[in-house]
Amino acid sequence: MAVWTFIEAIRETLAEEMRRDPSIIVLGEDVGKKGGVFLATDGLWAEFGDERVIDTPLTESMIVGTAIGAAVNGLRPVAEIQFADFIFPAFNQIVSEAARMRYRSNNGYSVPMTIRAPYGGGVHGALYHSQSVEAFFTHVPGLKVVVPSTPYDARGLLRASIRDEDPVLFFEHKKMYRSVRGEVPDTDYVIPLGTAAITRPGSQVTVIAYGLMAHYALEAADRVAEDGISVEVVDLRTLRPLDRDTVLESVKKTGKCLIVYEDNKFGGYGAEVAAIVAEEAFDYLDGPVTRVAGPEVPGVPYNHVLEEWFMVNPEKIADGIRALAAY
Amino acid sequence: MAVSKSKDAALDGSAGASLGASLGLSDADLLAMYRMVALARALDERMWILNRAGRIPFVISGQGHEGAQVGIAWAFEKGHDWIAPFYRSIATCMTFGMSARDIMTAQYATAGDPSSGGRQMPGHYGSHVNNLVSVSSPVATQLLHAVGIALAAKIRKTGQVAMASMGEGSSNQGDVHEGLNFAAIHKLPFIFVVENNGYAISVPAAMEVSVEDVADRASGYGMPGVVVDGSDVLACYAAARDAVARARAGDGPTLIEAKVTRLTGHSSDDQQTKYRSAEDLATGLGHDALPRFREQLRGAGVLTDVVEAALAEELKAIVEDATDYAEAEPDPDPATAMRYVYAEAAEPGGGLD
Repeated sequence: MAVWTFIEAIRETLAEEMRRDPSIIVLGEDVGKKGGVFLATDGLWAEFGDERVIDTPLTESMIVGTAIGAAVNGLRPVAEIQFADFIFPAFNQIVSEAARMRYRSNNGYSVPMTIRAPYGGGVHGALYHSQSVEAFFTHVPGLKVVVPSTPYDARGLLRASIRDEDPVLFFEHKKMYRSVRGEVPDTDYVIPLGTAAITRPGSQVTVIAYGLMAHYALEAADRVAEDGISVEVVDLRTLRPLDRDTVLESVKKTGKCLIVYEDNKFGGYGAEVAAIVAEEAFDYLDGPVTRVAGPEVPGVPYNHVLEEWFMVNPEKIADGIRALAAY
Repeated sequence: MAVSKSKDAALDGSAGASLGASLGLSDADLLAMYRMVALARALDERMWILNRAGRIPFVISGQGHEGAQVGIAWAFEKGHDWIAPFYRSIATCMTFGMSARDIMTAQYATAGDPSSGGRQMPGHYGSHVNNLVSVSSPVATQLLHAVGIALAAKIRKTGQVAMASMGEGSSNQGDVHEGLNFAAIHKLPFIFVVENNGYAISVPAAMEVSVEDVADRASGYGMPGVVVDGSDVLACYAAARDAVARARAGDGPTLIEAKVTRLTGHSSDDQQTKYRSAEDLATGLGHDALPRFREQLRGAGVLTDVVEAALAEELKAIVEDATDYAEAEPDPDPATAMRYVYAEAAEPGGGLD
């Protein structure tokens, strides 16, 4: 079986989908000849040409708004926002327009569009090349939000996202692009949106994570295993819709729940997961629902010492697990 | 590129029976256009009566815009081309295929309202069967949708032209800049219509636009900008017809600014006498396309007393029917309010959360 990096899985899947469906176009900043600043679209322009791989001006609202219109008129756009940090000029188009088009037209219109964006810190990107923006969008009915963590998942989830009839935000942790490798079968498998994965079975503590943190959660689980703590890791893979069943079944089994996310803690996505666990699994809990997340500063600072201070890492997660296990 | 100012289109009634000939419009076409302007007005006036009578909670009006809307929309191919309208686009939507019942059910927000099934405020029209994009409330967002539709038309080689319309106040939004730039770069089959009525709710144009004509801005994007008298229906038609021809020929986008007037407050919740002088309001009344077009067609012999009497009867009946129909329509069932957040078919990930 082929072993690909995370970014190879995205690039190859984009190319395959474009070969399969001529209505798919890619648009964004530097996605053409350059192949994207991370090379996620490298080779697409050479294969599919100017009309299907469009280098846009530096206009995020236009990238999304035009993709909405193109979707309304029969195309299936895959828009790239160069860094998730730059998605905010398009916030109105995503939240007021794409998310509501089907509902407000009573099913008259739909927006089958995927927005890809690299997110996350740990790569010396500072305040404006490191953000985790998922919580702004998971709040919004009408959107779907996907955060894969492995090449296998990236491939299956990107296929599902592109083929979906509604707008999907597909966030790729940029630190994983070349550091994460994995086996990818040469089959047309699709991972349905809204299905989490149990990436490590365990019995004493459930750790819920996504993206880069899903890897760090596994590393933390290895560390605490040496202390005799059995951890079950749930990789959410899709944040909206959330796979409530898998989350709740795991928590009901272990009785303890730790949620990990890289974004600052207050009002982050993990707060919603914590609320659902508290509401729906209260009788099964043997300890407080806890979170390990980023500090309350408005961005990831640049200096490497400061960035390390900001980032959630396996050791911080392991500490959180130990504290919860001891409760 | 120079801004052409076709404020006097030399199309006034003196041409007699050949009034529309130079534009390829028959007398029947002219009568149909007039009927649409008058029907949109009659329906709009009824909406205000229903609002003041407490039957509908909110009205946002197209009165004063109808002549430009009908003239411009007439140049597009119904059911083929696309329009992303705005909240004053009653006449635009009707010219493009929506019925008086469609418009009136939107006022009542009924279950059968084709724009939104009662989900949106009145004025937020839309019709997927008529290629009219669903209207939202944040202004100018629709320009990008029309540009995207034009992009898809070009890529798919459908021969379609897409138009977006809005007021001059909305034209200041950043989405307009981003969209016009992109449409011009790619020579997209796109037309931007600015219906300039001189006011953004209460703020006069001098306080919201730094130039006399929004059309002047077109040159900055490398596209033609045309100013047209919005009370001259045929001049509006001519400007749109030329722009559509350019777009279809692959020559790129055009900005058309129609100078219209706002005969009502911004909405039923606005009292425009608070910020507009009596003189200003009187000037606005003198810029109404409806009486002007009527005189034009009477002068050309297209409208006669007999035709007008029959038309008045017909319009009255249509408005009555639309009102009765909408009054009798049921409200949406709250049990349906969770529907269509997402696709309901069984495609991957199509489930509701």
